[in-house]
Amino acid sequence: MNKNKVRIQNGITYGIVVGCWILVQIMDKTGHMTSLLRGILVPLCMYSILAISLNLTVGILGELSLGHAGFMCVGAFSGAFFTKCMENVLPNLQLRFFLAILIGAAVAGICGILIGIPVLRLKGDYLAIVTLAFGEIIKNLINVMYIGLDKSGFHFSIKDTMSLGMDETGVVIIKGAQGITGTPKAATFLVATILLLITLFIVLNLIHSRTGRAIMSIRDNRIAAESIGINITKYKLMAFAISAALAGVAGVLYAHNLSTLAATPKNFGYNMSIMILVFVVLGGLGNIRGSMIAAVVLTLLPELLRGLNDYRMLIYAIVLIVMMLFNSSPKAIEVRSVLLERFHKKKDTGAKEAA
Amino acid sequence: MAMLEVKNLGISFGGLKAVDDFSVTIEKGQLYGLIGPNGAGKTTIFNLLTGVYRPDTGAIFLDGQNITGKKTTEINQDGIARTFQNIRLFKELNVLDNVKAGLHNHYHYSTLEGILRLPRYHHVEKQMDMRAMELLKVFDLDGEWDYKAANLPYGKQRKLEIARALATEPKLLLLDEPAAGMNPNETAELMETIRFVRDNFDMTILLIEHDMKLVSGICEQLTVLNFGQVLTQGETSEVLNDKRVITAYLGE
Repeated sequence: MNKNKVRIQNGITYGIVVGCWILVQIMDKTGHMTSLLRGILVPLCMYSILAISLNLTVGILGELSLGHAGFMCVGAFSGAFFTKCMENVLPNLQLRFFLAILIGAAVAGICGILIGIPVLRLKGDYLAIVTLAFGEIIKNLINVMYIGLDKSGFHFSIKDTMSLGMDETGVVIIKGAQGITGTPKAATFLVATILLLITLFIVLNLIHSRTGRAIMSIRDNRIAAESIGINITKYKLMAFAISAALAGVAGVLYAHNLSTLAATPKNFGYNMSIMILVFVVLGGLGNIRGSMIAAVVLTLLPELLRGLNDYRMLIYAIVLIVMMLFNSSPKAIEVRSVLLERFHKKKDTGAKEAA
Repeated sequence: MAMLEVKNLGISFGGLKAVDDFSVTIEKGQLYGLIGPNGAGKTTIFNLLTGVYRPDTGAIFLDGQNITGKKTTEINQDGIARTFQNIRLFKELNVLDNVKAGLHNHYHYSTLEGILRLPRYHHVEKQMDMRAMELLKVFDLDGEWDYKAANLPYGKQRKLEIARALATEPKLLLLDEPAAGMNPNETAELMETIRFVRDNFDMTILLIEHDMKLVSGICEQLTVLNFGQVLTQGETSEVLNDKRVITAYLGE
């Protein structure tokens, strides 16, 4: 019944991703790829994953979270920490990276549950404030953390490298504000695309299942959801944890795309959280494909406008406003539906004539 | 054994005794009415029965089981489902999914099975679709199964709420002003539907209503509330002719 419609819509979403991947391969082969563009391919996938995962919290669960960069940060550091530690034990980089992704997702997911238990009792603005604080706390915590590894095991300090008290075989893995240096660059566009597809698969299938229905019923009317016996806490936590885990995956991807990983306000600060939220709102709350496209457009745009230098951010802002209007203003939606109807009519008459 | 037995139920908000010493016994299969002027505490009693509020005093027994002080979710699983005075549908979900949400606790597969689309997912979803369509057919909503719930006309939204409540397979159904905002034709149709539900689903129904035509038409017994207290209880025809009831509604 409505499954076919859903299947077609999901197919289009997967198709867009695969199509983009093929397009990039063609551009690469025909030499149309600039180094600028090549450098942005993995971040594009990463931002898409972040936007999709945040849409699960904001659009599907209906809770405003401003700490998404925090979960990404947790994932990035736990993933990178793992690859650094296991450098000698597991020489196979691909395997290590694969395990790092799982670990990053798990740690971020557990963080999501721990944060979610107290936080999801709050509503609206309060939830936003607490998640915002969480993001900042995580970032600052990592900035004072020193972890080293030597023969006798791990050493931990929040002062400096010296106070780790390691012997001569010791290696400092997390060096406070300098973060983790020398993470292997394992993230390729292929891997990133596959991760994006897996994220889409998880989120889209989740939404159109018994669990997704329960989550969306809580969003639409909590009191009614309770009255039909849906366990509010369980499903809120589940959505929040899955969202956090996927952000963790994006974090691992981020960590393995750069050789140094440090928690700065720029990459894991609240600006990042807001930017992901912009992707979600622009793409449409609850609209998974939309948030993915918004993430890609809004990441590409500033890069492509680099030539315009001073006017870059101005144009970015204008495009953002126009897109918002086009997407959500009632007038624009009216115009769009009229256009769509006309298009369908043409197709119908065309089909009739053909018959 | 009575389906619902309420003993000396009471709750106060601040200094106001919203419900005071309320007792009622409803037998299995009965169609029971709860009436009273505005602000008499009717909806508060529904909220007490479904665990939205915890009662200060008294006890509630459903089919012999004490459900006093339980949470809304647990009480629904024990067998009470309700509709709301101000309609509370899942607006963004379609009509079918609204009912399927109601089936949540009766058809199981894990989240992982759902994400991985394992055979059990397809099997159970198909069963859920079939059961939900059956329920929609009862309320003549099967033609609109893919409408967004918010886009249904008012009368059909009320019906969908009843269908969703029935999907949870309750023993006792609470209807909060089911005929509010309906025209006489719709009300007459609704009366038929309520009777049909009682007979075919083997249901016990407690309803709040202001429409006296509906109340006198289908309710077998009535309780009249006034200022949080029971004014009178008994057979519908007797209660409606009681002088005190007429006074409470119309004044001296």
